[in-house]
Amino acid sequence: MAAGQHKSDFTNPVVRWIDARLPVFTMMEKEYGTFPTPRNFNYFWNFGALAMVNLLIMIATGIFLAMQYTPHVSMAFDSVERIMRDVNYGWLLRYVHANGASMFFIVVYIHIWRGFYYGSYKAPRELLWMIGVVIFLLMMATAFMGYVLPWGQMSFWGATVITNLFSAFPVIGEGIVTWLWGGFSVGNPTLNRFFSLHYLLPFVIFGVVFLHVAALHVTGSNNPLGIDPKGPQDTVPFHPYYTVKDSVGLVVYFIVFSILVFFFPNYLGHPDNYIPANPLVTPPHIVPEWYFLPFYAILRAVPDKLGGVLMMFGSILIWFVVPWLDTSPVRSMRFRPIAKWFLFLWTIAFLVLMYCGAKPPEGIYVVLARAATIYYFAYFLVILPLLGRLERPLPLPESIARPVLRGGGPLPAGATSKPMEKA
Amino acid sequence: MFGLRFSLRGGRSALRALAIAGGLLAAAPALAAEGEIEIPNANFSFEGLFGTFDRAAAQRGFQVYKEVCSACHSMQQLYYRNLRELGLSEAQVRAIAATVEVQDGPNDEGQMYDRPGRPSDRFRSPFPNEQAARAANNGALPPDLSVITKAREGGADYIYALLTGYSDPPAGVTLMEGMHYNKYFPGHQIAMPPPLTGEGQVEYHDGTKATVEQMAHDVVTFLAWAAEPEMEQRKALGVRMVIFLTILGGLAYAVKRKVWADVH
Repeated sequence: MAAGQHKSDFTNPVVRWIDARLPVFTMMEKEYGTFPTPRNFNYFWNFGALAMVNLLIMIATGIFLAMQYTPHVSMAFDSVERIMRDVNYGWLLRYVHANGASMFFIVVYIHIWRGFYYGSYKAPRELLWMIGVVIFLLMMATAFMGYVLPWGQMSFWGATVITNLFSAFPVIGEGIVTWLWGGFSVGNPTLNRFFSLHYLLPFVIFGVVFLHVAALHVTGSNNPLGIDPKGPQDTVPFHPYYTVKDSVGLVVYFIVFSILVFFFPNYLGHPDNYIPANPLVTPPHIVPEWYFLPFYAILRAVPDKLGGVLMMFGSILIWFVVPWLDTSPVRSMRFRPIAKWFLFLWTIAFLVLMYCGAKPPEGIYVVLARAATIYYFAYFLVILPLLGRLERPLPLPESIARPVLRGGGPLPAGATSKPMEKA
Repeated sequence: MFGLRFSLRGGRSALRALAIAGGLLAAAPALAAEGEIEIPNANFSFEGLFGTFDRAAAQRGFQVYKEVCSACHSMQQLYYRNLRELGLSEAQVRAIAATVEVQDGPNDEGQMYDRPGRPSDRFRSPFPNEQAARAANNGALPPDLSVITKAREGGADYIYALLTGYSDPPAGVTLMEGMHYNKYFPGHQIAMPPPLTGEGQVEYHDGTKATVEQMAHDVVTFLAWAAEPEMEQRKALGVRMVIFLTILGGLAYAVKRKVWADVH
């Protein structure tokens, strides 16, 4: 082996030749082959891999759609219909792409919830978590701009409503909106730049996902018990154990995806988006896509426009500081008998907001949305900081390999969250 | 609140949100919101996981569109060649296309000229532009019907209900000038006069009796095909995908059990 070359353990001469000069095979083997992974993952740990696959599906279908799509206000709608009718399997590409966005949000919402339940945001994974929140924000921007591209009624009016939110900011608001539009209303410049950014952002997401995975491979994965692996007996190599387990989840994911695409391709969409955009006709009901509804409900729950906008953005930005708002040293909610129920209640509040976001902002829905909004923020700002000090967690198992507390029973009063001593 | 109206209809969208929230992907029956009228199921051949378009009905429906609807409604996304998919022969499609005059050009002298239609032409629109359409229709714009079953809440069932939902207004309801009462139209006042009036309006070649219900059912079958011409291929592929994935899933799970056998 010449000096300056990587010492490769591969025996295949071609692989070895490349690996000695650019050790990508060694890296893959280390990060996805022998990578020590907690042995006790449940199926919630599929969703990171599913999100990665989903991103790749979106990029692949999107590239082919872009070859056929025309980003011009007078041609966009017709070019989408042409994809549906005259491009070979164009309907499949478009329905996979459109429903893929919904699948992406389903997968990522479950992925995020897993983080909340098992405390994956806690030290040492704070930065990993924050990078994840960045990915989520980029996803929302990308999805929003993608929905504008078919240039249907909901595209146009959704774009008008959402970009108008920025006018809430005093002094600079109107200027920001004009700048975003590239004109004095949503028009051709808006559609052009949204197309450009919709093509760009997925690659930005890909880059940030790389950082997300890189950070993950420094700290290692959390696990359902939320305790650190203490040795080789607590871990298994990523391959074949988790490649095969992820494969099972992946097939189930594809089944759900297929049912949507092939049998209910427009179920999650809005019929108004099959009406070409018309700036002179406002649809009676402007509704965002389902995955934006909880945040839309928060926006409308606040009786002040600027306040609503700030609360809406704040409802996601607050996730950035959850690692510090949650003061409990115990990661997994399995060992937090009280916090667990507050998190379930938070989940219900999130779903209530999603429900209210699709309802007219009147009567009981306003009351419900306000109550859910207050609880949403209270969970982060009051409950998590206080519970960490007040709650007495259940005794933690001594290791992942021996998780069952046989005869352990609850610790005496005053016990902290330290791992249980060996009997 | 933002200079725009933010009133939202509940019903399906809320249900949809919850269906997703709960991970339920089965098509749930539409919840009728307050004051909304339940749209009856019109039992179309293309419903369900294995549904296909009844070709005879769709061909009759095309006849209804051609002889009735096309007087006001365009179908700009369709070409005459698409009719081959409904089972019409090449010669029939050529004959149908040739019945319309299409403007083409410019020719070598720089002049636009009219010529008979070809299968490669789009369906001819009844009006040259939106203003002409409105001027001829009391200010109302007859919508393009290319994707109409996808562009209305309730889909094909709604279009059928609308076509058969005309009646005299109930006591106490005053219609605006030139409007017509329709039970299923939002607000119940629709500018379109009852398009299907009864027997004799269309003479079916296959001897089917052209009642209002029959014509409505046929034309909606045609419109549903026009909106989703890929539907049969899509569902057939979907059935194969789900069967394939179910088997693959079983195999993957078996492999997973075997790989993990020494760990558990």
